[in-house]
Amino acid sequence: MIDRGYYGRFGGAYLPEILVATFDELVDTFENAKSDPAFWKEYTDIMSTYSCRPTPLSFAENLTGHFQGARFFIKREDLNHTGAHKANNVMGQGLLVKRMGKSRVIAETGAGQHGVATATMAAKFGFECTIYMGEVDVERQRPNVFWMERLGAEVIPVREGARILKDAINEAFRDWVTNMDTTHYVLGTVCGPHPFPEMVAYFQSIIGKEARRQILEREARLPTRIYACVGGGSNAMGIFSGFFDDPVELVGVEAAGQGLESGQHAARLSSEDASIGVAQGYKTYFLQDNDGQMKETHSVAAGLDYVGVSPILANLKETGRVRFEAATDREVVDAMSLTMQKEGLIPALESAHAFAQAFKEAPTLSKEEIVLINQSGRGDKDIFTVADAFADPKWQEFIKNKAEAYHA
Amino acid sequence: MLESYLRARLKEKQLLLMTHIVLGYPTFEDSFKIIEAMVEAGVDLMELQIPFSEPIADGSVILHANQKSLAGGATVKKCIDFAEKVARAFDIPFLFMSYYNILFKYGVDRFLSAMTEVGIQGSIVPDLPPEEGQDYLEAMQKYELSPIFIFSPTTPDERMKYLASFGRSFIYCVARKGVTGAKTSFSEQLDRYLARCRKATDLPLALGFGVKDKADIEFLKGKADIAVIGTQTIRLIDKEGAEAVGGFIKSLRQLPGSS
Ligand SMILES: Cc1ncc(COP(=O)(O)O)c(C=O)c1O
Repeated sequence: MIDRGYYGRFGGAYLPEILVATFDELVDTFENAKSDPAFWKEYTDIMSTYSCRPTPLSFAENLTGHFQGARFFIKREDLNHTGAHKANNVMGQGLLVKRMGKSRVIAETGAGQHGVATATMAAKFGFECTIYMGEVDVERQRPNVFWMERLGAEVIPVREGARILKDAINEAFRDWVTNMDTTHYVLGTVCGPHPFPEMVAYFQSIIGKEARRQILEREARLPTRIYACVGGGSNAMGIFSGFFDDPVELVGVEAAGQGLESGQHAARLSSEDASIGVAQGYKTYFLQDNDGQMKETHSVAAGLDYVGVSPILANLKETGRVRFEAATDREVVDAMSLTMQKEGLIPALESAHAFAQAFKEAPTLSKEEIVLINQSGRGDKDIFTVADAFADPKWQEFIKNKAEAYHA
Repeated sequence: MLESYLRARLKEKQLLLMTHIVLGYPTFEDSFKIIEAMVEAGVDLMELQIPFSEPIADGSVILHANQKSLAGGATVKKCIDFAEKVARAFDIPFLFMSYYNILFKYGVDRFLSAMTEVGIQGSIVPDLPPEEGQDYLEAMQKYELSPIFIFSPTTPDERMKYLASFGRSFIYCVARKGVTGAKTSFSEQLDRYLARCRKATDLPLALGFGVKDKADIEFLKGKADIAVIGTQTIRLIDKEGAEAVGGFIKSLRQLPGSS
């Protein structure tokens, strides 16, 4: 094994022997790309012509007025092609797949955003594509399943375990250990065995690089705080990494689900319920029992509903560089609603966690201060979940009529 | 100790048989009966899998056995207590197989000390390469247990030698890519792979993944030292119940030319 990638006591590469050679090849390819000055240019070129980079930084004037505290700025990752920051990682890994000469990509997905991004990249680059998705998530993110299939990907619903993100990751690994000669596993977040945490953070760092330049250009000073939601941690690492050397407070927001006391949550770094373990190829905080068996997690946002968390963030929690908080399902739906009404922005349920926490803290800040929120994705995909949360009667009628029409 | 047992047996038999079961599947009582039948049918050593919620290297048959065992209330403590009972009752060596988190959460030293106390002779931890296993390897040495390392067809010669330098008693050679339970073709390619394994180490070689019947066993004679039967017995238990296991293992043993 070439390198094992530790961040403090977290990370590593706990690999079955069959995959060691594949990881060595991946580490090699990634290292070569990183040290090739043309590679980052190729990457930013494709992100500016195929996706929408640099994504804008929006001043949220009405939210600022509403809370009478700090000035809100929003980094608009929702304006990426396919509607989330996931495109940053996926296009980058796609370029590496070309370098490795492989012809097929596989991915796990929770919210479906990473799956759609991967299916899109596969269509553009001409790769075969298989997406693993927990059966529970297939149900709650149906619009994204539809698009993945239209884009030419095969979507395999995973019926094992809790039938959510972690189970989709396990199935993707099972595919990979069989097909690694032709296939690259496009892991969707800053988790898993080395080099994935480093590699995904590298591609997502484009968010923070842009955001730092943009805020300095516009306001000529740095924000006081930055908020990002944390599933695996990729959008958070993306924006935070631009500000590690600055006097800026970084806040990662996890899913408190039905409340931290309820046990129905996915808070690994902001609750006392998680402990250090090794699973899915890396060492970090997991929501697990005393025997080391993984627990069920809960969040209204499929993309945050995960038992583990980035080893890089676990280390940043220990060093104190990043503060971790959690927002409940209820707070998140309210924050989403307010953001829509005040700003005409529809954050994904995942991203709305960052908004919810910023709203809780904003009134304590002065009007001179700046708060930056990472809107990791757009909320269209959540139409069914959000319609249910609002118990929208017109939507329900529409669905009933639609169902009847199919019956006829 | 395990290695000398294996070498002594290999003087009498050309190919030894190692079987694998998931503890607590379908129940601990069944596990006991299955082990009894296997020992009775002439199995030479056994791996006892402690179930884990995320068994990433296992295919659907063993994955389901893991899940059902956990749903039935299996815990690490129950597995260790059970291992003590069988190690005392039966006169063959037993190994633990599990994923690293099980050992890590229990405390690696505490786990290996418990293994020693209950009479388990070694362990297979498929997601723990030696690079990540310093604590484990040191404790294995302290307790004089056998860490079993894995070769795969994608492992380069150099790395095979590196892995063998940490292994004791035997090497577990995975027959092919993929997870447990899929089909293996017993072909010339497998021959060449086993020859490569043989060159890399003097330790006895076990071959597992996809071994399912007499023909496969016959093929392995003279090429490997131990045949590993895993998924096939679990499939049989799923289909015909725990009682069917003894007859199946005997049928593998009753071969012309086998002693
Ligand atoms: C819009 C959006 N935000 C956030 C996440 C969480 O992932 P991460 O923490 O890696 O950014 C997801 C995952 O699916 C997502 O779709």
